[in-house]
Amino acid sequence: MRRHGYARDALIETLHTVQQSFGYLDKESLKFVAASLRVSLSQTYGVATFYHFFTLKPPGEHTCLVCLGTACYIKGAGALVDQAEKTLGVKCGETTPGGKASLLQARCLGSCSVAPVVVYDGELVGNEDPVHLQEHINGWMHA
Amino acid sequence: MTAEELDQIVETVRARRQQVPREINVCVAAGCLALHSEALKDALEKSAATAGISCRVRGAGCMGLCSAGPLVSVEPEALLYQHVKSEQADALMRSLKGEPAQNIQCSREQPFFARQVNVVLENSGKIDPEKVEEYIAADGYRALLHALTEMTPAEVIQEISSSGLRGRGGAGYPTGLKWGTVAKAGGPTKYAICNADEGDPGAFMDRSVLESDPHCVLEGMTIAAYAVGATQGFLYVRAEYPLAVKRLEKAIREARHLGFLGNQICGTTFGFDLEIRLGAGAFVCGEETALIASIEGKRGIPQPRPPYPAQSGLWDKPTLINNVETYANVAPILRRGGAWYSAMGTAKSKGTKVFALTGRVKNTGLIEVPMGMTLREIVFDIGGGMPEGRKFKAVQTGGPSGGCLPEECLDTSVDYESLKEAGSIMGSGGMIVMDETSCMVNVARYFMEFCMSESCGKCIPCRAGTAQMFDILQRITRGQAGQRDLDMLIDLCDMVSATSLCGLGQTAPNPVLSTLRYFKEEYLEHIHAKRCLAGECQMAAGAGS
Repeated sequence: MRRHGYARDALIETLHTVQQSFGYLDKESLKFVAASLRVSLSQTYGVATFYHFFTLKPPGEHTCLVCLGTACYIKGAGALVDQAEKTLGVKCGETTPGGKASLLQARCLGSCSVAPVVVYDGELVGNEDPVHLQEHINGWMHA
Repeated sequence: MTAEELDQIVETVRARRQQVPREINVCVAAGCLALHSEALKDALEKSAATAGISCRVRGAGCMGLCSAGPLVSVEPEALLYQHVKSEQADALMRSLKGEPAQNIQCSREQPFFARQVNVVLENSGKIDPEKVEEYIAADGYRALLHALTEMTPAEVIQEISSSGLRGRGGAGYPTGLKWGTVAKAGGPTKYAICNADEGDPGAFMDRSVLESDPHCVLEGMTIAAYAVGATQGFLYVRAEYPLAVKRLEKAIREARHLGFLGNQICGTTFGFDLEIRLGAGAFVCGEETALIASIEGKRGIPQPRPPYPAQSGLWDKPTLINNVETYANVAPILRRGGAWYSAMGTAKSKGTKVFALTGRVKNTGLIEVPMGMTLREIVFDIGGGMPEGRKFKAVQTGGPSGGCLPEECLDTSVDYESLKEAGSIMGSGGMIVMDETSCMVNVARYFMEFCMSESCGKCIPCRAGTAQMFDILQRITRGQAGQRDLDMLIDLCDMVSATSLCGLGQTAPNPVLSTLRYFKEEYLEHIHAKRCLAGECQMAAGAGS
């Protein structure tokens, strides 16, 4: 916040920093950010929920993010999501009960030339197929 | 910074090149990075040392043919290698000593490269994006220096107007006219914004430009700021592009250090500085008024226009908003003149356009072609046609606001008017090719789902209309819809496009309208025969034939 001079318009930047540090935005940090920037809590909450990039739930230990951009979709990202949902036993946007892994979807990561794309714990893998995806996820679950 | 100082930097780069003439460029832009080009770069450095070849291995920007990545080019021989794995680093080095390495060599004469005309991408893949000296050695910042010291703002606008450049974000508003409006607007404070919120799924042109040649965007923006009288600028970049953000931050630091940003740029009284603002994953923020709201730290909700941002934009001040590619065109135009630029393209659409060619086509990647080329030339000559002998079905341009064009439209020329007439739009430059395995109704459903979830919820036609349309499309793909649903869908298309507040809602029905226009039989097949010819849709149990 100091870096942005406590400016009110730096709300989104500040939330980015919080999410980067803690992995998600909890109620306490939202209250803190609102008070420090002198922005109303409703506006802070509104912004945090409006943008897809922010999450109010803690992520799992591992994250599997499937890109559902048009190019990935045409090249079979739907099958990847089905496979991941089956393997993890959760729906897109959810975390397994033990907090081991989260399944997320993205709207386009801009790596369309190597579609379909999956990001495992921040590492981007291109030309992905359901078999490899299952292996990768099973690797986490049995680690 | 003066012309002499620029010359000096160019001399240093040249001298360094003369010392070690051979350069090995490894693509480190998004596509190739996903295929581990960073490790390849290290391997090449090692093999060069072992083989005793004197050369400089460096990271370069996107070379275009992403489907053949990771790509490596060798200068001055102008050789290109494709699908290079780290294990092949030694073989590549040996080939430089005379042993051929045919299996990984990639022809530069193939239509993919030969048919392109590079203006925006002229430095892409040739310079190291993280070194400003290399940009300067490629004639960078000359245009800015020239504009600031020898041209008045009005002359700059005149030059841009005469080039015929139109907004590359998709709508195609004449750039010179927009600059003129902002320049005429009163008040001491004006802003310049670069829209790099490339939300359109399946498009990655802006990302590649920012990652491969960030300085050309900065130079274009600074020239624009000079022309309209802006003193502060913002680059609104998607948070999903961390590499682009990192390279931009570095580029801004370098530009400030050399006096291309900040106070008294190039020794003149003109001052301009830039800040990066991160997006947070909202498609609607590509709409200019929503983008402004987002920069102000609010929810990205569009405002009714007028007033246009050119009169009252960011913090109610006159604001210039252009897309990344538009700014990237500015410096080349000033360097070579508006007449040179307007000699390319068609009567109403001048210059070149960058496209992200993806989907079911042999060569995927980033291309830049002169306006007026036909879709057929792009898909079959540059793209190399369909892989595995499949049959072409449609090409989608313009993302969720665009449309799908079938075989019979392939001879449409690529320019703003022709594409619009055919039922699609130019858009920001995503071009996705589909073959017979894609169901057009399902594609329409996919885009409608996108628009539904990205609708900001401010106006009712968009918020409720997209949800209703998605529901109908969902039922059609499940084989649960009747003729009345289809009629209702057509009615909704009209209503939503006519009454929505911003571009998102107004264009949301386009994918449905264009597929209905060219692929109506597929809809009817789903509704009456409960059958999906592409075999993609899962019909509900008991509904099928």
